[in-house]
Amino acid sequence: MAEQKTLTFALMDAPFEQSRTTTAFRLMHIAAKRGYKINVFAYEGAVGLPFNLQKPHANAVHGRSLEQENHPLPKDWVAALMRETERNGGKLDWVNCGLCVEERGAADAIAGVRRGSPGDFLKFAQESTNTLVIATK
Amino acid sequence: MARYVLIESRDPLEASEVAGYYYDLAAGLARDGNDVTLFLVQNGVMPARFGARADKLASIVKSGVKVLADEFSLRERAIPRDRLATGVAAAPLDFVVDQMAASSKVIWH
Amino acid sequence: MKVLQVIESAYRATIEEQDDTVVWITHAMKGAGGDFTVLLRGNATNYAVLGQDASGIVFGDWKQSEPPRIDKDISALIGKGVDVYLVEEDAVERGLGNTQLVDGVKRVRRAGLPKLVAQHDQVWHW
Repeated sequence: MAEQKTLTFALMDAPFEQSRTTTAFRLMHIAAKRGYKINVFAYEGAVGLPFNLQKPHANAVHGRSLEQENHPLPKDWVAALMRETERNGGKLDWVNCGLCVEERGAADAIAGVRRGSPGDFLKFAQESTNTLVIATK
Repeated sequence: MARYVLIESRDPLEASEVAGYYYDLAAGLARDGNDVTLFLVQNGVMPARFGARADKLASIVKSGVKVLADEFSLRERAIPRDRLATGVAAAPLDFVVDQMAASSKVIWH
Repeated sequence: MKVLQVIESAYRATIEEQDDTVVWITHAMKGAGGDFTVLLRGNATNYAVLGQDASGIVFGDWKQSEPPRIDKDISALIGKGVDVYLVEEDAVERGLGNTQLVDGVKRVRRAGLPKLVAQHDQVWHW
């Protein structure tokens, strides 16, 4: 049996700001389908991605109701990837930088997200097949 | 010889370091005998449209760097496969995950 | 008050927002009675290209049902009476010289920008 791959991603962008977020989730979706273990170290604004109080809205400009709009919420993307990894024999371990959480008041994250430190990122990288830093610009 | 994947998410017309630094880094690594792919994603695919002002990208192709452009980013910007600059090929994002899993050195810019 | 909306950044958070947020806010403020002109420059000139397709995003069991449709959003702005310009040289640099654009988008050369700016009371450069 082939060795299970583990990929680590460091993310920095806050939700609803940059296309890097979408690309990062696309990469993780591919890894999740393959049953890889995925580690995420969310740094700075990225700690807002699994923020539990995100809410969808209707959109009058688009002419769509709340249901029709089906507004994307990154917290739902995180949860969906957690389910996808588990379905395929992998695991998504999402660590929010604790200090970044404190300064943003973003402690209320969805289930499965834990808080940690740069030491966790280093440990992730040391134990992974590969690591990709997707920094903010 | 090492395998490198340099991911470029920005357009050289809007960020001068894209061509002046990152494309040059790709070419330099190739010159040193490495297997180098420049993977264009997001606005990084803008110079991949045929007819775009992208002299530096063309020179990268000639230097032996393989240049790929993310299929979704191309479609999102209405850049059809048959309108790609010479030497640029469309590729799925799976390529990046393949290379990460194969322990290539993957760098995001 | 006539406002020139200069849109420069492009495809920034368009999947999450299901639109470009500056195009969106222009729609919203036009609806609130504002008088706007839009100038697309830099990579945002690509917003005027027909056939942009950002459909198909899937993350696990989450599927995007309403992707951004930016060319249609630009077309809708024109339909509401907003003049939409793109900077000719920026478009040409991006290989858009002969590309089919959204109906009604006007081209302005860089040399014509001072005149366009002068026709507006305020310029909001996003």
